[in-house]
Amino acid sequence: MASERAPRTLFEKIWSKHRIMERDDGQVLLYIDNHLVQDGAAPAFEMLRRRGIAPRAPQRTFATPDHYVPTDSRDLNTVADPEKRRMAEALRQDSARAGIPFFGLDDRRQGIVHVVGPEQGLSWPGTTIVCGDSHTSTHGALGALAFGIGATEVSHVLATQALWQRKPRTMRIAVDGALGAGVSAKDVVLSIIGRIGTAGATGHVVEYTGSTIAGLSMEGRLTVCNMSIEAGARAGMIAPDDTTFQYLAGRPFAPAGQAWDDAVTMWRNLPSDADAAYDREVALVAGDIQPMVTWGTSPEDVVPITGRVPDPAGVSEAGRREALTRALAYMGLTPGTSMTDLRIDHVFIGSCTNGRIEDLRIAAGVVKGRRVAAGVEAWVVPGSGLVKEQAESEGLDRIFKDAGLQWRYAGCSMCLGTNGDMVAPGKRCASTTNRNFVGRQGPGSRTHLLSPAMAAAAAVTGRLTDVRKLLDNAA
Amino acid sequence: MKPFEPLDSIAVPILQANLDTDQILPARYLQKPRSDDFGQYLFRDLRLRKDGSEVPGFVLNRPPYRQGKIMVGRSNFGCGSSREHAVWALYDYGFRAVIAPSFGDIFFSNALKNGLLPIVLPVEVVDKLLDQIAAEQGAQVKVDLAAQTVTAPDGTTHRFAIDPFAKHCLVNGIDELDYTLSQMQHIVAFERRHEAENR
Ligand code: SF4
Repeated sequence: MASERAPRTLFEKIWSKHRIMERDDGQVLLYIDNHLVQDGAAPAFEMLRRRGIAPRAPQRTFATPDHYVPTDSRDLNTVADPEKRRMAEALRQDSARAGIPFFGLDDRRQGIVHVVGPEQGLSWPGTTIVCGDSHTSTHGALGALAFGIGATEVSHVLATQALWQRKPRTMRIAVDGALGAGVSAKDVVLSIIGRIGTAGATGHVVEYTGSTIAGLSMEGRLTVCNMSIEAGARAGMIAPDDTTFQYLAGRPFAPAGQAWDDAVTMWRNLPSDADAAYDREVALVAGDIQPMVTWGTSPEDVVPITGRVPDPAGVSEAGRREALTRALAYMGLTPGTSMTDLRIDHVFIGSCTNGRIEDLRIAAGVVKGRRVAAGVEAWVVPGSGLVKEQAESEGLDRIFKDAGLQWRYAGCSMCLGTNGDMVAPGKRCASTTNRNFVGRQGPGSRTHLLSPAMAAAAAVTGRLTDVRKLLDNAA
Repeated sequence: MKPFEPLDSIAVPILQANLDTDQILPARYLQKPRSDDFGQYLFRDLRLRKDGSEVPGFVLNRPPYRQGKIMVGRSNFGCGSSREHAVWALYDYGFRAVIAPSFGDIFFSNALKNGLLPIVLPVEVVDKLLDQIAAEQGAQVKVDLAAQTVTAPDGTTHRFAIDPFAKHCLVNGIDELDYTLSQMQHIVAFERRHEAENR
């Protein structure tokens, strides 16, 4: 039977279901189903304490430390800086005081909060999820409305389980067709950012659609939604389908028994209606997407691995020319250089973008039977303790170690270096993370963003390399 | 939060587009308590060398600009991470308003919640403003929140939009949480319904 209501998008269905009330100025008080908390949350808890307010819904809150934890041991005391140690410690205390479920360093389930949430079945389709971290957009891969918030907003959610929001605009990014060999979800999202720019989706919630997206594994979808924020989006989301349900089924915090069946019935109604309208639409063809790598200091500074370092002289707009020149100076690059001529010092495989089991399997597949190039320091940092265990049970750790990569404990690590894992000044890092900002991996660090397969290829060749060449050789 | 006062101040031009929060406040200061003066970490790696000496030529190291309370930037100002510390750094340094053609979404809402007024003006207006304040160090810009206007050094006045509620909070130094707590009965009622529906 045709519904009488106007066709709605996935976003609109979730938004209207969580609308508590509307203010005169049009801002909506949105109910928050699920609040994830990491070890940057100390200031937010402090704000509440100062007002004498206790967290209102600990059962809807979940905490695990990731930014400040060491990755060479599970002993917090090895973190030299007492202030940093204090951040991870504060989360344990704040969680205990409030009765918030907490996976600490002594818990094998600890990890990067955006890896742990989906892994534990905490992130459900149709729900609202927030966290004081911009990459909360990751969880949208399961069909949730998930977005990052600031410290004051974290304290607001802790106090009220609700948040004031102006309704964002919607944008559909459709990717259709088959991806080529050696091309992954990371290349898809880097291509999207290259196409629309880092402000391309500002003020919008992006829904990714099309046969390519539908064909991605849950891991791949999480990678795409993760980097929505690098396109400026408030959130990214993908309609839930059988891939989603199969991924969630049986996970510790997912519904079970009759509740599971009821939930799936409800979740099947979430996908956008056929005629639903979006404020903006962008389309990409999967077959055009190559393995991508960034050259500059913004995620939009991206080219196919077959490309070259751009030349500022060819840019007419003065501001853009100046920015490009500055980026090249920082990155130590000469215009016109082939990307594959760039030697690298570090490789980092991990983060909430690419620290899941599938990412490690792909990277291990590339390094297997090969050796890390001389002079290169390569790290693998699993996204969670359970990813680490799974990888070890499959023997991936052996493959990495035999090839000369370091196998470490779960955490954010070298993605932003707040725990002390950093790239030294002037050193070049091939990294599976999401940001290549000036100083992101440590003061003076030079980051090239790429996929796990491409990072593995860089590790064994010592330079940025088209992973497809290694695949051909292997075949 | 302190009430927002009308500004008549030197304006500081920041010419970099897509200025990310990692530049405004490097990650290695994220563990500092809010009681710290975050102004000392503002643009740390752009403003100061490793040894703490000033980078000559950086705009905040040129004397008249040091007193600025208004920053004028390019599009996508404050993109990147959700760190509220970026706003604290600008605020603690003395800034009370940032004018740009567009902002990172999270930075924008963080700013409003901390007494830092983010003002969106059309890119042509911002470009002209940048030209004027870069040409004459110490040029004054006025921000009148009540009237929702920015007055450029050349005397032209430009109206900007702001959510009435955010304006009310800024003008009176009120924090949003107090208002939400006064609406708690709506949240509780909603929650009961919501939980029953999803059981
Ligand atoms: S892995 Fe990197 S991007 Fe992800 S939460 Fe940690 S620091 Fe942030």
